[in-house]
Amino acid sequence: MDTTFTPWLSLGGGMMIGASAVLLMATNGRIAGISGLTSRIFARASDGEARGVSALFILGLLLAAPLWRLASGDWPAQWVPSNPALMAVAGLLVGFGAVLGSGCTSGHGVCGISRGSARSIVATATFMAAAFLTVLVTRHLI
Amino acid sequence: MKQIFALLSGLLFGLGLIVSGMADPAKVLNFLDLFGSWDPSLAFVMGGAILVTAPGFAWLTRTRSRPFFDTSFRIPDKRDLDPKLLSGAVVFGTGWGLGGFCPGPALTALPIAASGTLIFVPFMLIGMWAARHVPDFSFPAKGATR
Repeated sequence: MDTTFTPWLSLGGGMMIGASAVLLMATNGRIAGISGLTSRIFARASDGEARGVSALFILGLLLAAPLWRLASGDWPAQWVPSNPALMAVAGLLVGFGAVLGSGCTSGHGVCGISRGSARSIVATATFMAAAFLTVLVTRHLI
Repeated sequence: MKQIFALLSGLLFGLGLIVSGMADPAKVLNFLDLFGSWDPSLAFVMGGAILVTAPGFAWLTRTRSRPFFDTSFRIPDKRDLDPKLLSGAVVFGTGWGLGGFCPGPALTALPIAASGTLIFVPFMLIGMWAARHVPDFSFPAKGATR
């Protein structure tokens, strides 16, 4: 599936993501890490307030595409792999790995690197390398 | 008030993912395909996000002792590069490369209801639940001895 290189839209969208991370830190004092916020909803020992704030952030995330559709008349364009077994395995690995490794692209890749956290820089380099290698194997070697 | 801003932050985050093209796994997989149909867009997304977040966080922690509607900045203070961090990143990266989704884009794309997304998200939640509820689960990290 071919895609077009979109430097300006991607830079602008990235800056919106950054603005969201700063807004959440400024108002709630929390890191905008999606895996952390999502999994906190299931946390055994989590306090109710943290759970509520996390759930509301995730609700906002879920409302973005419907709002986009309301404003533009169309869903955002996308192509999603449809092999059910592949997507089930991918989902399990992403969910388990992100929580085990204390973060995903947002928590480590955006917020962690922005704080200059060594853990996040190492984690981001590691998951990027694993992802590049996976695509190399699935698209070119098998 | 903090609840309203949590909702708004999530909405802004999701719109940013849509505008940047990251809610589309095709773009993510093409970024990861260095030796094929490479699309460098994702680097611009992370660059743009860090360009705002780094000075934003620095300004907040320098000028304020606490957030506007809460008692403290909850900033992770762990420093060690433990096997959990590294093995988790390897597992996460592998899944990301397989499906082209990480948690933010997957949740943002959920209402669009592509069949692959409808499978990915529940399994992602199961994975998160498992990692949270099986604290002694010793994932065999490559080369790590426990």
